[in-house]
Amino acid sequence: MMVESTTSNSKDYSVVSAKDLCLTFETNDGPVHALEGINLEIKKGDFVSFIGPSGCGKTTLLRVIADLEKKTGGEITVNGTTPEKARLDRSYGYVFQAAALYPWRTIEKNIALPLEIMGITKAEQRKRIDKVLELVELSDFGKKLPWQLSGGMQQRASIARALAVEPDLLLMDEPFGALDEIVRDHLNDQLHQLWAKTNKTVVFVTHSIPEAVYLSTKIVVLCPRPGRIYDVIDSTLPRERTLDLRESPEFLKIAQRVREGLAAGHAYDD
Amino acid sequence: MTDAVTRPTSALKIGPLALVSCAAVVLGLILPINADGTRLMAHPVTGTAFMLLVPIILATELSLVRRCYGLMAMGLVGYIAAALFAFNDQHFETPVATGFWVLTIACWTTTWLFVSRLSGFDITNRPMLGRFINLIIPVCFGVTLLILWQLIVLGANVPKVLLPAPSDIGLRLVNSVPVLWADFQQTFLKAVIVGYALGCSSAFITAIIVDRVPFLRRGLLPIGNFISALPIIGVAPIMVMWFGFEWQSKAAVVIIMTFFPMLVNTVSGLAASDSMQKDLMRTYAADYWQTLIKLRLPMAMPFIFNALKINSTLALIGAIVAEFFGTPIVGMGFRISTEVGRMNVDMVWAEIAVAALAGSLFYALIAQLEKVVTFWHPSQRKG
Repeated sequence: MMVESTTSNSKDYSVVSAKDLCLTFETNDGPVHALEGINLEIKKGDFVSFIGPSGCGKTTLLRVIADLEKKTGGEITVNGTTPEKARLDRSYGYVFQAAALYPWRTIEKNIALPLEIMGITKAEQRKRIDKVLELVELSDFGKKLPWQLSGGMQQRASIARALAVEPDLLLMDEPFGALDEIVRDHLNDQLHQLWAKTNKTVVFVTHSIPEAVYLSTKIVVLCPRPGRIYDVIDSTLPRERTLDLRESPEFLKIAQRVREGLAAGHAYDD
Repeated sequence: MTDAVTRPTSALKIGPLALVSCAAVVLGLILPINADGTRLMAHPVTGTAFMLLVPIILATELSLVRRCYGLMAMGLVGYIAAALFAFNDQHFETPVATGFWVLTIACWTTTWLFVSRLSGFDITNRPMLGRFINLIIPVCFGVTLLILWQLIVLGANVPKVLLPAPSDIGLRLVNSVPVLWADFQQTFLKAVIVGYALGCSSAFITAIIVDRVPFLRRGLLPIGNFISALPIIGVAPIMVMWFGFEWQSKAAVVIIMTFFPMLVNTVSGLAASDSMQKDLMRTYAADYWQTLIKLRLPMAMPFIFNALKINSTLALIGAIVAEFFGTPIVGMGFRISTEVGRMNVDMVWAEIAVAALAGSLFYALIAQLEKVVTFWHPSQRKG
């Protein structure tokens, strides 16, 4: 929290910085190189997507940032400190592939969960719950239990839960992977609005090219075995975006470059 | 009603069960029910009740009246007739004859017909009625069994030592309330409740310790397993030697019996939360106790309630059996073992009835509590 307040004013402050980051899992079949030689800078206010085929380590990289996995080599800082310190400072919000809402808690109570753990007062909890529910357009559903909501609504609730912590950094692991195209488009649009409005830093794991290109200011293409960065694409698209943008030549050009990156990563492997 | 109008052919259908019932009632009214030639019409009230059954069954089956009224009449008259028939000692003063057995069959088929029609009753969009029917069906089932038990045991002159009639057991129950209450207090309110509470809670705490200190898992679980495998028949006399004749030794047996199911279930319940839910708590930098209370214990509740339910019946068995091995002159197990020696089998059955009732109520209480606590679990969700 200290770090954040002293440095958040500088525009190009690195929220995540990795140098030669490696992670090797020791398994019975010998070591598996999940990540190797990762060099990455994520600036404040960036929307960064990790894209790549299954097994390329994109989720693992996100989990290292979140201190859910420990690096085995190289350097990584989150908010200018170690990932563990950043986690203990509660400086990020994490959205999982599934909503992971607790079925015995109402949507409101699920959003209150991190706030209870952080020891925030009831009144402040109430204020934040109402605010984030409105942000994800679920104000009328606070008293519902998770299983009474559709998959898309559950995922929005889980995003609200992450936002309630009021983190400057949002880590999202394929949050819309299990949803259908229409709902996904809608949520992409909502997420984009949210990011544009709040100027948060977002790290977003996906395997959908249009999703990555539409949302990101920076696209990181990873390739597997060992998991490494193949290409980093700085988006030339404007900050303000609507879904029609996906038909523009600019958009298609970036998408093409991502596709080539993914294909090359595959070819190298096979 | 609408059925009868739109599809007239269906109104002519009448089930084989209904036919058998009507035939049995008519035949039973004609044939003598006692060896001395007495017919049922010698008991005008019972006879009339049976006679009424025939038109009621036919009218209901042929949809001549609304199904719900027909069923209500069938149930009411059917059970009144059967009860009047079964619980009248006059029928059994002289040996029974063919008519008696035919009427027994009539009682059986009529109540069977009623319960089967009742369970087939359309309750869509009528939750209150549905709940009522779900409650009434097992009650009717039980009453039918009691009536048949009464009729067969008395009709066939089964010796009381082998199987007393429900009426004898009921009479004994009513006449021995003070003794039964004292036994109930001694065995259930003291040994079972105390043993159950101590056994379950100590196992729960042990499970938390085992969870917190991993090396204990390897050490304690096999020992728990070993203790649970001890035969209760062997342990009970030892507990009596350790803790004396009073209820404390029975509570100790109950503790031993309830400890392991609770321990094993709690341990697996604590392992039930999936990795994503645990990762979520990790991203919040939640400590061990926060994770335990806010995630792992709620997740473990279905497992814990499983153990609580299993233990509710185990505890009663344990306490009763333990009393066979030395007790003061009070207690359900003590009473069963002494009265069986004195050939007072109806008293044994009265104790069994009390134990069964207490055990079922105890179980139902836990199951009800489970519904409240684990309302979120897929097995408990409504709608």
